[in-house]
Amino acid sequence: MAGVEVTAESRPATPLWWLLFSAGGVMSAFFMPVTVFLTSIAVAADWLDEEELLDAVRHPLGRAYLFLLVSLSLFHGAHRFRYALVDLGLPWLGRRAWLFYGLATIGTVVCGWFVLRL
Amino acid sequence: MDRHYVRKLPAMWWLRKRTYLVFMLRELTSVFVVAYALFLMVVIWRADDPGSFSGLFDALDSPVGLVLHAIVLAALLFHSITWINLTPKVLVLWRDDEQVDPRLIAGANYLGWAVASAVLAWLVLK
Amino acid sequence: MAPTDSDLSGRPVVMDVFRFLPDEETEPRFQRYEIPYRDDDVVLDALNHIKAEVDATLSFRWACRMGVCGSCGMMVNGEPRLTCETFVNEFHPEPIRIEPLAHFPVARDLVINMEDFMDKLPTVKPWLVPADPKPIEEGEFLQSPAQLAAYKRFSMCINCMLCYSACPVYGLDETFIGPAALALAQRYNLDSRDGGKAERANVVTSHEGIWECTYVGDCTRVCPKEVDPAGAIQMAKLSYATDWVKSMLLPGG
Repeated sequence: MAGVEVTAESRPATPLWWLLFSAGGVMSAFFMPVTVFLTSIAVAADWLDEEELLDAVRHPLGRAYLFLLVSLSLFHGAHRFRYALVDLGLPWLGRRAWLFYGLATIGTVVCGWFVLRL
Repeated sequence: MDRHYVRKLPAMWWLRKRTYLVFMLRELTSVFVVAYALFLMVVIWRADDPGSFSGLFDALDSPVGLVLHAIVLAALLFHSITWINLTPKVLVLWRDDEQVDPRLIAGANYLGWAVASAVLAWLVLK
Repeated sequence: MAPTDSDLSGRPVVMDVFRFLPDEETEPRFQRYEIPYRDDDVVLDALNHIKAEVDATLSFRWACRMGVCGSCGMMVNGEPRLTCETFVNEFHPEPIRIEPLAHFPVARDLVINMEDFMDKLPTVKPWLVPADPKPIEEGEFLQSPAQLAAYKRFSMCINCMLCYSACPVYGLDETFIGPAALALAQRYNLDSRDGGKAERANVVTSHEGIWECTYVGDCTRVCPKEVDPAGAIQMAKLSYATDWVKSMLLPGG
């Protein structure tokens, strides 16, 4: 029957993707809701005006924070969404690991460039 | 081997049980995490030019911007809560030959989440 | 007004039982049986009543009747359960739908083919692989209560396979090694007497291993022995990922 032959193919990168997924999970769980609050409710309630938000984004700490949040969240989402596609019955798409981690890597590079040119 | 009857899992299996549905909704919060990360990239990109940033800020302050944010916030809160609730399953700690109560680990994470949120809000809004 | 106990006990137990006779039929069907209600019957008692008094052609597995042997697992109203521990009065007078354990090929009626699980189980080496083997004359490997506590929960598995029936990852792809076997691998990895973690790695961290688990968590919910396979698998992920980081930082170490 199928499943008997367990292939011992090495998957050297898998722990890395899982660790990035986990780091991104923690980062987005802890920091994304409050960030959404800042870009929505705080703006609508006039607690944060245009000038202050721009200063926060451009501040060196703000830039470092946003880069980390964006990059780790992309890796978190790439990993989780890829497996969700497999679970949704789309393994032909979800199993293309390079596509999802590749997009997250490109996103990280682009975000890094955005942050550095500010 | 004798003839067997093989049952296939239907594509909509995750609608069959509440636990499966909650799982799938939890996994699909990843869509909102990525969507908001991409939105933040746009914010950083537009912050290069104050004129361009002005247009983005007006969009944030619009009803459409608020509704989209509310949807994202609901999904992200679900992500945060489910993530923290599962953390003690991965992180099993021992102290003095006794396993640290999983509820203590989850509790410490909730506290950390609250403190992190408060500090960030204070830094930006002060 | 709610019916009283005496009203209810007068009503028969209605069982809709999955039937599949491979020599006579190509498709399965459900057969309805109505048998007398007894308040302290478990579902397995009801099935045995059918077999003895109503229809001797019905096939199902059972042995101990006390939740230890792990052979009477079936789908009861869509949930994987040990039928010897599932009371009829939980459902009565509503009909009870009995099917063979989900995700496994059906050999006949409620009997599944468990070869796949039996073949997978030894691949994770679910036995002690001592780091420093010693002859029996030198005595046993000693263990403190804390060292026992580290893995005890994961050692309670009775191989009933309810967790495989709860696991959609296994249901979608039967090459997945699955909850019970992976939890047993972690049970031995956590044992202070064991040194086989690296030996198990090539199977446990393979394409069919822990990284395929998406933590649905239903294996843990249905486990009759509170083994928590989902938790064991997540612990294994962290443990093997930590080893991976160490091997990156300390090449050759």
